[in-house]
Amino acid sequence: MDTLRAIFSAAFGYSLLRVSTPLLFASLAAVVSARAGVINIGIEGMMLAAAFAGVAVSAFTASPWLGLLGAVVTGIVMALILAYFALKLKTDIILGGIALNLLASGGTIFLLYVLAGDKGISSSLPSKVLPQVQIPIIKDIPVVGDIFSNHNVLTYVAFLSVVVLYYFLYRTPLGLRLRAVGESPDAAASVGVSVHRIQFIALGISGMLAGFGGAHLSMGYVSWFSRDMTAGRGFIGLAASAMGGETPQGALLTSLFFGFADALSSYMQSLRIPSEFVQMIPYLATVLALAVYANRQAARKQAVSHRAAPKGSGTVVPDSGHH
Amino acid sequence: MKSEVGFEILRTLVAIAVALALGYVIIYLVSEEPGYAFSTLVTGPLTSVRRFGNFIEMAIPLVFTGLALSLVFQASQFNIGAEGQLFLGAVAATMVGIAFQLPPVIHVTLALAAAAAAGALGGAVPGLLKARWGANELVSSLMLNYVYYRLGIYIINYHFRDERAGAMVSLRLAESSWLHHFWPPTRLHGGLFIAIGAVLLTYVFLYHTRWGYALRMTGINASFAAYSGISVGSVIVYSQVLSGAVAGIAGGVEMLGILRRFQWQMPPGYGFDGVIVAILARNHPLLVPVAALFLAYLRTGADIMARETDMTAEMVTVIQSVMILLVTAQAFLRQYRHRAIVRASREANA
Repeated sequence: MDTLRAIFSAAFGYSLLRVSTPLLFASLAAVVSARAGVINIGIEGMMLAAAFAGVAVSAFTASPWLGLLGAVVTGIVMALILAYFALKLKTDIILGGIALNLLASGGTIFLLYVLAGDKGISSSLPSKVLPQVQIPIIKDIPVVGDIFSNHNVLTYVAFLSVVVLYYFLYRTPLGLRLRAVGESPDAAASVGVSVHRIQFIALGISGMLAGFGGAHLSMGYVSWFSRDMTAGRGFIGLAASAMGGETPQGALLTSLFFGFADALSSYMQSLRIPSEFVQMIPYLATVLALAVYANRQAARKQAVSHRAAPKGSGTVVPDSGHH
Repeated sequence: MKSEVGFEILRTLVAIAVALALGYVIIYLVSEEPGYAFSTLVTGPLTSVRRFGNFIEMAIPLVFTGLALSLVFQASQFNIGAEGQLFLGAVAATMVGIAFQLPPVIHVTLALAAAAAAGALGGAVPGLLKARWGANELVSSLMLNYVYYRLGIYIINYHFRDERAGAMVSLRLAESSWLHHFWPPTRLHGGLFIAIGAVLLTYVFLYHTRWGYALRMTGINASFAAYSGISVGSVIVYSQVLSGAVAGIAGGVEMLGILRRFQWQMPPGYGFDGVIVAILARNHPLLVPVAALFLAYLRTGADIMARETDMTAEMVTVIQSVMILLVTAQAFLRQYRHRAIVRASREANA
């Protein structure tokens, strides 16, 4: 009963937006690369490296904004390394992404030890946090103000990014070309679009968004870096993107869903359920949602192929049928 | 064909050399005593019998996870869940090791069977989700890792915990379930022979059975395999189940041979190491031990370096990831190969 009451409280709404922020960045990062036809498994590592860079740069410059810049640049550089290996040197992009994740996991621990003398947490570094923002007018409305105002600045950036990415993908020439490359690289190439250049750009944007997500973790969500602090959020972003149909607006909904599962798990800690089970919730929810989503896709595909090929003839049907 | 194999070997060796050179640069930049640190990294495992033992014993779980990943890679599937399956296998072996008192050989067999079953179940979930609904096995196996860790920690914490120990560890496994150390002072244990057996079995399975043939054909071209009557769905499931079983045994062997009580707070990372081993071995079971020994050598060297100098062991992950990137980069050094072919054909014509 208490849990139910807690879920309908303003504090729960606030924490929902807070925990959804890094997931939203990760899923938008996944959307933009997936739309260009490149799977970015390395988002997890890019976020982690960015989270570390944010702490390190802000500690040494005493400026949270330079820390944010460092985080975002780190995300972009990691993404461009992946792009270089996958597109130029023909590394399998999934293995390349795994390699980046390993690099980030071990590399950040190594650098943490070099800079902070500790292999677990950066608390000895005087790193900065990005400010929280009071939204005028809204902050004075009861309940609504408690939920929507006074968030870390990157939370607002995340939700704005949904709109910006939507506009970019569907309303700009570059966005159109990016989607064309993802839809059919050969067709795009035949009309003179440089597929590699577009995919480089898409991965770069993906790395930038992952960089924001990482900065939020270490300079907003908490005020330190700890080893492997991304805890699978980059991968959850991939799942959220797939389930949201690889659209920004879909990613927003699925990120909020995973955020809900995450926020719920921290509220359920108060119940007498072993914490291990509570902590499973977001990941289990992801697997279940993934299965349900894939099941729906399969059913839709089947419906399309039934219509196109009534008597089970061998007609090849494109995957994405129109209804 | 022969020169292609030679080129692959050369490419792998150059990739390893580049990665090690990068490792040297990092050590040189960070360490106060770079020469000593690097030589410890490279020769450390050979400086004493105990360290040599550490090196070989480290290779044992890597052989298992390398095999686990080779199995799925040969089917063109992914299994990033080996890490979680290994964890489940370790928990299952711990449970059997603590709960029963049995004659030695039977106890070990039962514990490892439980480990294999737990790992196989862990692998069956993403396999079934993929085969039944087309759910991406990459994402589902990644997410299940987190579920399996928590499940494992819960079982140990609530049911098998040693209350008298300060840290969160399980009770001791009954001695009858141990894989015994056969070469003191090292900790080399019977798991070594199980690993060798697993290598041979995996080889026979992949290259000399109908199931293995179906698995490899599905990996090469799934549509063609389906066309020639292979049930691709069942290949997907059994490749994941077998991979999970092998990963589970890896966890079980670590418990029975080395730790003798469950003490992992975090997954040990052997699952992801298996990816590197499989890549270096080109997914061939008979090459897996070579790759596993190489990686174990590097790891042991890094641990010794971390103990004796001002470097941390984690720097080897930098070396490892550069190795993955370069070894899997098909275009890496390709232009030299083209030039060599052109030169050879010119000479042939002259």
